[in-house]
Amino acid sequence: MSIEETEQEIIEEFEMFDDWMQKYEHLIDLGRSLPLIDEKNKTEDKLIKGCQAQVWLQSELKNGSVFYTADSDAIITKGMVALMVRVLSGHTPEEIINAKLDFVEKIGLIKHLSPTRSNGLVSMIKQMKLDAVAYKQFKV
Amino acid sequence: MTELKTISKIGIDIEKIRADFPILSRKVNGRSLIYFDNGATSQKPQAVIDALNNYYVHDNANIHRGVHTLSQEITVAYENSRAVIQKHLNADHSHEIIFTKGTTDSINLTASSFGKKFISKGDEIIISVMEHHSNILPWQVVCEEKGAILKVIPINDAGELMMDEYKKLLSNKTKIVAVAHISNTLGTINPIKEIIEAAHALNIPVLIDGAQAVPHIKVDMQALDCDFYCFSGHKLFGPTGVGILYGKEKWLNEMPPYQTGGGTIKTVTFEKTEYADLPLKFEAGTPDISGGIGLAAAIDYINKIGLDNIAAYEHKLLLHAAGELEKIEGLKIIGTAKEKASVISFIVDGLHPFDIGTILDQFGIAVRTGHHCTQPLAERYCIKGTVRASFAFYNTKHEIDEFITALKKTITMLK
Repeated sequence: MSIEETEQEIIEEFEMFDDWMQKYEHLIDLGRSLPLIDEKNKTEDKLIKGCQAQVWLQSELKNGSVFYTADSDAIITKGMVALMVRVLSGHTPEEIINAKLDFVEKIGLIKHLSPTRSNGLVSMIKQMKLDAVAYKQFKV
Repeated sequence: MTELKTISKIGIDIEKIRADFPILSRKVNGRSLIYFDNGATSQKPQAVIDALNNYYVHDNANIHRGVHTLSQEITVAYENSRAVIQKHLNADHSHEIIFTKGTTDSINLTASSFGKKFISKGDEIIISVMEHHSNILPWQVVCEEKGAILKVIPINDAGELMMDEYKKLLSNKTKIVAVAHISNTLGTINPIKEIIEAAHALNIPVLIDGAQAVPHIKVDMQALDCDFYCFSGHKLFGPTGVGILYGKEKWLNEMPPYQTGGGTIKTVTFEKTEYADLPLKFEAGTPDISGGIGLAAAIDYINKIGLDNIAAYEHKLLLHAAGELEKIEGLKIIGTAKEKASVISFIVDGLHPFDIGTILDQFGIAVRTGHHCTQPLAERYCIKGTVRASFAFYNTKHEIDEFITALKKTITMLK
């Protein structure tokens, strides 16, 4: 499934909800279902410091594709993290670099990407892309 | 509504007051806005909005320079604002009122300028563990520059300063004491009169960060006898971008200018500059003229309601909110000092404050979450941060009840 196809799948998934409460409950469920990052990777160098919610991100290149695991101490941020991992993980560095991620606006959660320093999500997306750039450039 | 009427017996006509604040009638996420983030900034009454609007529509000119009518009129209006603030603070002189950008700017000015003149290697500066970063960092910078040492007054578990420890920290090495009047995170009202008296017994000046105090209680510079008092306009129902440094004349006269430039001088040659007298020595460049005028309008507004009425009304809100919050299982209030302003911080077992704040926002409720720019305090309590509800006199018991209902739903969703 391409990045755009996964984004479309998420958009349709969120269209089923009538109100914000169901949407957030789903996001919280997604957060709970995110496979936990290996504790050995929950280190200071993997920590993306937000002002409030902290996010850990780990990536690796396998057969030309980048795979991410991530975690957050805030459950709503973790739900957003789960969406990002679902969309980007398993794709080539080129595809990840070019991903527009405009599904976030379409599912009505764009405020989570506002530059308020309140969570580490914007920094995490930047780091996901930077990791992809590094894999592409250095063929790690 | 019955309860509102009961509360209004102490002199607050809540419905009339709420009508003065246009923003309170807006919707957020489809709900009526419940604004409990007054500790971060307050909303503005129509009187302040009108003062700002009128300035730009009718009065705009630069101050202290022009011979033309507009400039003279606005100079008089701006200096009248200074006089309103002087009277409100009961300061000895209007030239002891320095217009700044806000509390942070006022503290930076004092730390930098006082530090240059009076602080040397090995000297000590006393602050407290509950200080806002804005009353820590400027002093840290002075300490690094001068080789001085920062001493920190500890607190007890209730969030009260340990006064015995404070008195032990005072010595002939202490050059200044800088503490908050009211903690922005805990709501604790510190015994600043006692703090000032103890320091003055050793001829040590005291700076009070009054950012969280002036919206809630009356402050009197002569009665307190403090040396510096700082606050922001925007937390006092006035505009953003303007604040006040009150400083005793004897200190301000001794201190060098903080920033230099237009407006601060008597004469300039390339060899030497003679600086202007107070307050202009500390007011480089064109100030926030509309801000100064708007701040005076805000002070006039709150004085019509009366700070004693405001304090009594807010205390009732505080007691009601604390009583309801305490009933919620797993919720813990951080900061239980005997003397408290209408600020409540709390945590809920197993839940991140960020998540609670995010869901409350969906209910149209604005609270603050995080460490509130008091990271050392969060460390003291071994917590990541708190949810903070801070009330103003335009808030109501009904809003608190709505908040409690929404909070209970939020906790159920997140658990």
